[in-house]
Amino acid sequence: MAEIDRIRWQCRRGMLELDLLLSRFVEQELDGLDPGQLQVFKELLNEQDPMLLAWVMAQEEVPGRYDFLITRLRQVYQ
Amino acid sequence: MAITTRQFDAVVVGAGGSGLRAALQLAEAKLRVAVLSKVFPTRSHTVAAQGGVSASLGNEEPDNWHWHMYDTVKGSDYLGDQDAIEFMCRKASEAVIELEHYGMPFDRLDNGKIYQRPFGGHTSNYGERAVKRACAAADRTGHAMLHTLYQRNVRAHTQFFVEWMALDLIRNQAGDVLGVVAMEMETGEVMVLHSKATLLATGGAGRIYAASTNAFINTGDGLGMAARAGIPLEDMEFWQFHPTGVAGAGVLITEGVRGEGGFLLNKNGERFMERYAPTVKDLASRDVVSRAMATEIKEGRGAGKDADYILLKLDHLGADVIDKRLPGIREIAIKFANVDPAKDPIPVVPTCHYQMGGIPTNMHGQVLAGHSGGAIVKGLYAAGECACVSVHGANRLGTNSLLDLLVFGKASGEQVVKDLAADVLSHQDLPKDAADRSQSRLARLDSAKSGESVHEVGAELRRTMQLHCGVFRFPDSLAEGVRKINEVVQRAGSLYFKDKSKVFNTARVEALELENLVEVAVSTMVSAHARQESRGAHDRSDFPNRDDAQWMKHTFWYKEGNRLEYRPVQLKPLTVESFEPKARVY
Repeated sequence: MAEIDRIRWQCRRGMLELDLLLSRFVEQELDGLDPGQLQVFKELLNEQDPMLLAWVMAQEEVPGRYDFLITRLRQVYQ
Repeated sequence: MAITTRQFDAVVVGAGGSGLRAALQLAEAKLRVAVLSKVFPTRSHTVAAQGGVSASLGNEEPDNWHWHMYDTVKGSDYLGDQDAIEFMCRKASEAVIELEHYGMPFDRLDNGKIYQRPFGGHTSNYGERAVKRACAAADRTGHAMLHTLYQRNVRAHTQFFVEWMALDLIRNQAGDVLGVVAMEMETGEVMVLHSKATLLATGGAGRIYAASTNAFINTGDGLGMAARAGIPLEDMEFWQFHPTGVAGAGVLITEGVRGEGGFLLNKNGERFMERYAPTVKDLASRDVVSRAMATEIKEGRGAGKDADYILLKLDHLGADVIDKRLPGIREIAIKFANVDPAKDPIPVVPTCHYQMGGIPTNMHGQVLAGHSGGAIVKGLYAAGECACVSVHGANRLGTNSLLDLLVFGKASGEQVVKDLAADVLSHQDLPKDAADRSQSRLARLDSAKSGESVHEVGAELRRTMQLHCGVFRFPDSLAEGVRKINEVVQRAGSLYFKDKSKVFNTARVEALELENLVEVAVSTMVSAHARQESRGAHDRSDFPNRDDAQWMKHTFWYKEGNRLEYRPVQLKPLTVESFEPKARVY
């Protein structure tokens, strides 16, 4: 539980776009992630804001291990 | 209850551009520095700054700081203090070159010098023509700046307290600031950071508006702390707005959309800009467009079920043109407005972007104790968007925000170093009640068994500010706004959340943040209601003109008694002739 709360806080970012996407993602998807996916999500949160946004906006090629999460992130607002 | 206390020479609250720049100055002087930040430093909101940082390097064409100074004074609509503006513009080149030497990856010209591009409001020869003055690192200038400064701080052994939230300032009987009370989010533990100098660099508080481009962390924590400690807030009625943010989300839609032929519609499908600006229509300046949009909404012609937004139509351009000339726009609209602009219009509203006012300081970052004279609060400094020095006055010039944080981050750091070397500051005895205010705030929140929802009160605060104190301000609406925001204050006095756990309790953090937003919102509303003129970003329907005889003065709001006082604008620069006020026409 504490771990999830930490992840929830770390979705607070420097860019509004990411705040919006990640808070939606946490609401809609976080409970459904298996431990392996959760671990990758934690790594994703350690990435730089402009990079994260560029991946979600399909402006930069997404590293393979993030493919699944970025695809899900792209869908949360649709 | 015993409370852990740690001593530092200096505590910096906030690790965005200004906090990092100030901390660097302190750490390189071998002082023991603690920097507190709610989020990892490189995730501060400075990361969102894309445009660049201005300096009259003259790498592309002749330029000098006098012209930059003129542009800034004019841009401020003559509310900026000309001594501080001269100081900033003269220091700009040095600040940028220093950053270059730290390894900042600026874009470069073929000859190796820093590339510069034109930016709105920057001119050569006192307004004659546009000049290339903005230095950038692609569209990631703020990001590159944060990284460069963070790395440099690590090298200088700055100690970071990441995921810590400062709660309150500690002041003694004499009014001196002796440090802060702060909370570690991971444990919920409260600690006293006892310091000789305390520097606030907490950024802006744009989250007071329902439509805001600001990240969620921008809750004005430093302003709330200052207000609760009896320190006034200056010029809070001045907030910069962008005409087209996505309604309900705040994400910006570039002005390029209208440049490429997009236009605005009201709920009747009328292209209303034809009435407000018959020749240039949707390409009128930002303030004209924002004012027209606000008027349409105010008069009941907004779209949507609450008639509270405007439609930005661009489907007539066709998907091909949109994709080619406006890359990313479709993606943004689909993600954040849930519409494909190749088929449907985007709902937009004027959206808050930047806070010109803040904690009053002199140009050395020392916080002013009050509206009259130069008396300072001993031990307290502020820099960046949370401070009001005032270089932006009533309206900030693009690229001057990054410059502000570099120049005044450094200047305030230098002043702390100087004051410590001169033994002006020391670890004075902590008062017995040092942590009382913070602890009673926390105790009240933790013991509340019922009360107001943080989410609902926050939403009401943001709605009230947007509706009654937005980009264009109407007298009846402002008066109503003062009444409504005072209701919000009452409700915010009994916040309640269910989860009382200590570990990363976001609900508790958000309640504490809301208490800070409340101070910012009240000061904004009350200051705006009182200022009976239009100047820069403060635009009133009942007083459409600037009134230099009555209002060329800074507003000082005091929390105690919700009281306003005024301070004359400093028209006298440091070494050059004053720029006399004239009409601000571009």
